[in-house]
Amino acid sequence: MASNSHNEDVRVRDLITEKRAKKSISQIFEKIIPIILFSFALITILTTIGIIYTLLVETIEFFKRVPIWDFFTGTVLRPLSQDPQFGVLPLINGTIISSVIAMLVAGPIGIMAAIYLSEYASDKIRRVLKPMLEVLAGIPTIVYGFFAFTFVTPLIRSIWPDVEATNILSPGIVMGIMIIPMIASLSEDAMSSVPNSIRDGAYALGATRLETTFKVVIPAALSGIIASFILGISRAIGETMIVTIASGSSKNFTFDITESMQTMTAYIVEVAGGDAGAGTTIYYSLYAVAMTLFVFTLLMNLLARYVSRKFREEY
Amino acid sequence: MSISFVTETPKKELPSIHEANKQSNQVVFDTKQLNLWYGDTHALKEVDLLIYEKEITAIIGPSGCGKSTYLKTLNRMVELVPTVKISGNITYKNKDILDRSFKVEELRTLVGMVFQKPNPFPKSIYDNVAYGAKIHGIRNKKILDEIVERSLKGAALWDEVKDRLKENAYGLSGGQQQRLCIARTLAIEPDVILMDEPTSALDPISTSKIEELIQTLKKDYSIIIVTHNMQQAARISDRTAFFLNGEVVEYDKTEKLFSNPNDKRTEDYITGRFG
Repeated sequence: MASNSHNEDVRVRDLITEKRAKKSISQIFEKIIPIILFSFALITILTTIGIIYTLLVETIEFFKRVPIWDFFTGTVLRPLSQDPQFGVLPLINGTIISSVIAMLVAGPIGIMAAIYLSEYASDKIRRVLKPMLEVLAGIPTIVYGFFAFTFVTPLIRSIWPDVEATNILSPGIVMGIMIIPMIASLSEDAMSSVPNSIRDGAYALGATRLETTFKVVIPAALSGIIASFILGISRAIGETMIVTIASGSSKNFTFDITESMQTMTAYIVEVAGGDAGAGTTIYYSLYAVAMTLFVFTLLMNLLARYVSRKFREEY
Repeated sequence: MSISFVTETPKKELPSIHEANKQSNQVVFDTKQLNLWYGDTHALKEVDLLIYEKEITAIIGPSGCGKSTYLKTLNRMVELVPTVKISGNITYKNKDILDRSFKVEELRTLVGMVFQKPNPFPKSIYDNVAYGAKIHGIRNKKILDEIVERSLKGAALWDEVKDRLKENAYGLSGGQQQRLCIARTLAIEPDVILMDEPTSALDPISTSKIEELIQTLKKDYSIIIVTHNMQQAARISDRTAFFLNGEVVEYDKTEKLFSNPNDKRTEDYITGRFG
């Protein structure tokens, strides 16, 4: 073997030099592939720019017909009446209220589930529970929508008869249920990435498991936890199907959660699904509302990025 | 690592050693027939050991000999491993610490611990030191300030950090972080401090600072230190226990153990023939 190996070494080297010397197809590929990949990356960027451009152009057209001030301060939205009014506040109000209800449900449950999974559950239980939680995230939102309308609303009405058949409370709760896995999963990731040595430090000072969790682990994982909340809010703001189905289409400007309200997304569904002719004010209002929605979710995502950098406790 | 000579060596004579030791300080920890398993692995076998008050006890031995496991049994940190099983007796000042009725949180306030790698909390220097006092219910700002200053002075760190107590502890050097962890332990005024290879992650200068500190802490605390470094054990400790394969091979005054060991295995280990 020792005597052969030398010969073989020489042959392999020769082969490699020979191959190198040839201008092969693979060398051309090496140069072309990055260009192809770049153009695919460019497609996604151009699409985004294109969408924003369209939104902007049509929104500007809308503001030529309806003053921007009236749009953002108007509390009445009556797009189809003889004397149409385009105040966006009922929609913003509906969006915020449904998101707040969703977060009141998803926040506490999500974080408690995360604490259990990260700090208390045994490996075995975690291995079973976490995938199940993630299945919940895979349910189509339309299913959640009729779950809200056909199950949760009647349930709430049997306890609280004042609640209307279409109301903001029921879809708010169901959106919360939908967001739980997201918050639980992301917060659990943030907590389990806190090193055990830090937990040991707390235990060695005589801290209980609860004290260690709340005074060491959660503060150390806070950036991830807050980011998961903000992404949850962002998801609630953008959610469409559940509110469209279960909250009706009354454009009420109210804080009464038993009433029907419309969110920005549900308005877009209603108008786009109706027969708003191109060029009408209603048609342009679609873009103005979509633009507002886009700004909302964009701000939330920027906030999530900012928070996860700002509050990072280094370990 | 060849340890084939193990069977040839004479049986240890622990009782006589214990007799000799009893002349000195009071006993803090009395370990009798301690056995410990991780699942099916028998990690500590029939360990008998007396630890004396206000002394530095060093525990030496090759990797995997059970020395860290023994140390973690003394504050029951070992129970954080889910598969662990313990039998035998450990008393702390005549109280059975393995008894269910002995609250583990109370034990850990009496028996503090410093770890191999510095593990400060991702908080300010001040909050790190005040943490223990805070969880045990001390809220008064003045008292906390005093505890922080006293503990940092006790850990020989005060002069280096007094102007930046609000800064994050992770901005400190490794050696400073380790002294911060010692300060954090001192802050709850324990009786005993367990140190699990506290200098193994540090450079020589930081190591000598910590060793110096350990010597001064001896006045007020009983210290048990696990170390890989035999020179360190010889330099700083009063007594040394040599662990091998989960058993205590030899336990004696440090000068005696390093100059004239009773057991062939101890001699082989301290002269560097294995380990």
